[in-house]
Amino acid sequence: MPKGIAVDKKGQLRSRPSMSDTNLLLTITVVVFFILYLSAILALGGGFTKPQNFLNILNNNASLIVLSCGMSIVMITGGIDISVGAVTCLVCMTCAVNLERQGGNMLTALLIGLGIGLAFGAVQGFLVAHLGIQPFIVSLAGMFFAKGMTTIVSKEPVRVTNEGFLAVKDTRITVPGLGSNNKLGEYIPAYVEVGVVIALLVVVLLFCLLRWTRLGRSFYAVGGNNQSANMLGINVRRTKFLAHVLCGLLAGLGGILYFLHVGSGDVANGAGDEMNAIASSIIGGTLLTGGVGNVAGTFFGVLSLNTIKRIVSALGFDEAWWSNITVAAMLCLFLVVQSIVLLRKNQSKQ
Amino acid sequence: MSTPVKDPKTQVKRPDESLFKRLTRHQMFIPLAALTLLVLFNLIADPSFFAVSLKENSLGNPVLSGNLISVLDNASELVILAIGMTLVTASSGGQDISVGATMAIAGSVILRMVCGGQITADTLHMPLILAVLIGVLATMLCGAFNGALVAYFKIQPMVATLIMYTAGRSIAAWINNNELPIMNDLTFKYAGTFLPGIPVPTPIFITIFVIVVFWLVLKFTNLGLYTQSVGINPNSSRLNGINPQAIKLLTYVILGVCVAVAGFIRVSRSGSINYSRIAENIEMDAILAVALGGNALSGGKFNIYGSIVGAYVIQFLTTTLYKYEVPSTALPAYKAVVVILLVVLSAPVVREKLSQVKKAPAKTAKEVS
Repeated sequence: MPKGIAVDKKGQLRSRPSMSDTNLLLTITVVVFFILYLSAILALGGGFTKPQNFLNILNNNASLIVLSCGMSIVMITGGIDISVGAVTCLVCMTCAVNLERQGGNMLTALLIGLGIGLAFGAVQGFLVAHLGIQPFIVSLAGMFFAKGMTTIVSKEPVRVTNEGFLAVKDTRITVPGLGSNNKLGEYIPAYVEVGVVIALLVVVLLFCLLRWTRLGRSFYAVGGNNQSANMLGINVRRTKFLAHVLCGLLAGLGGILYFLHVGSGDVANGAGDEMNAIASSIIGGTLLTGGVGNVAGTFFGVLSLNTIKRIVSALGFDEAWWSNITVAAMLCLFLVVQSIVLLRKNQSKQ
Repeated sequence: MSTPVKDPKTQVKRPDESLFKRLTRHQMFIPLAALTLLVLFNLIADPSFFAVSLKENSLGNPVLSGNLISVLDNASELVILAIGMTLVTASSGGQDISVGATMAIAGSVILRMVCGGQITADTLHMPLILAVLIGVLATMLCGAFNGALVAYFKIQPMVATLIMYTAGRSIAAWINNNELPIMNDLTFKYAGTFLPGIPVPTPIFITIFVIVVFWLVLKFTNLGLYTQSVGINPNSSRLNGINPQAIKLLTYVILGVCVAVAGFIRVSRSGSINYSRIAENIEMDAILAVALGGNALSGGKFNIYGSIVGAYVIQFLTTTLYKYEVPSTALPAYKAVVVILLVVLSAPVVREKLSQVKKAPAKTAKEVS
């Protein structure tokens, strides 16, 4: 990808630092997240001052972080994958059935989970990249298929009692230097679950992949402009295929993390997570048009989304519908702000 | 295949020449072929599928029943949505994924109006027409909100409608204070079931009415032409004196009207509503109907009749699967396989390979989105 040349939506060439949109949107997201959290601490105090409260956002959303990162990568290449939530559910159920009814162990469950994700990613990637079918339709079918398969695997919830699994599930990694006193005055160190460590590792790895490797740069190039990427000698089909494979693999991993968090297979697992992942990616500054985005932003997108959910329920609006309405309002706000910023920016350049 | 494309590279460079002509020529081919396949399958597997008989319903009226009637009846909402979705797809190059959620809003508003805010009501508290009009107004507002985001803020349609998708069902619950109103008045259920003395389900008549209205509108106004030109190239349509933003907004508002009609039929079937389950996944079926109808999901040229046939194909498939006792929860998996088969067969790349065995080397990437 040549430095200093970027292509806007209308296909006009203009010179500007190639990553400026990404950085601008990333900055907005990070600033908004800190403002949100600081205002929550100042205005609501209470639970928000405790480090554990913040870490619980991570604990509850390790899988969403991984899913959203995969979603961001596909969105950067200009596609979309709405099957991730259903794949999460399928992976949870299959792992649970494997551990509980087929006498599997952690390794087989892990391999099955990743295998399912990989299979979904590869098939969808092939259909999108090599047969030229719209990613939305392909992943829609993928979502239907995963949802249907989940109920075929098991309709009833499967609770896992495998000891090795429970040991990993209940492992709590204390974070040095953080903690708070409970009502009795005892000091309780703050902890994170195993999944969070994996999720953070994934974010760091993907950040490096997107920023410093040839594959990562070609994701941006393909998403920015398909045809000019092709002229630059990038194999567009292969790049799109790999983006979907990566997203599928991450969906599988996200399913395993979800499973590690809840410890059971249920048809309601991961419901609506595809929309949460899309929302997190967008709040994190990824554009659906492709070419712009960053997994660091996505990470902050997940945090912002869940911080605002907590703020709303802390304010006393704890009926189920308020959470959805706030998420939607926040999404709306971010979209409009992004849109205005980008439109202004494009206008001032002209 | 009068103009076979020999070199795919020329196809990418000049998509307006051969590929488009080929696609439009075959537009109705996919949905009709799929319908024929399904009909043939049922005819061979079990001809009694098509049996239509006259039975008495719970009110003692003689009504038609049978799988064929149930396909036509249950597809009504989907067909009406698919028509609106086709226009939205053509003008904005994206889909409205909030139709299921806004159907919940329409249903909720209509029920609140006719029940007068009570949980159960035995008589209409408001003329039905007025209640439906208020419902139409509510979904037109939702449509205008979506349309404004798409047209004026230039947000991708799927993302813009994600907002209503997330919030819609919650708003619907909020309108009725999370209570589930039940309407027991019989006249309320006429639109979703049967009119007294007429053996054909009313939704079929409503669907025919909607189709005729759209046929007339597309025949006698410039809506279709403007929608296509905006979808193909908004900038050049602007230079030709069309306001692309207004057209996009208009198509979303029109979809809003369709959503209200579909929502009314749906609540009218049972006289009650379940916010989280009403019209669940219907947005997916509606988009699928548009795609099955051979319309490009990236906008531009459209054919609402393709979408209408597509919608019936989907409902036909659903009913067929139900007949073979596929559990409703596993239904999506089977549907997905069929959908994938259909889109793979209709993919330009596959069609090309089927039509010309000689495979051209080093194809350029096909633009998908």
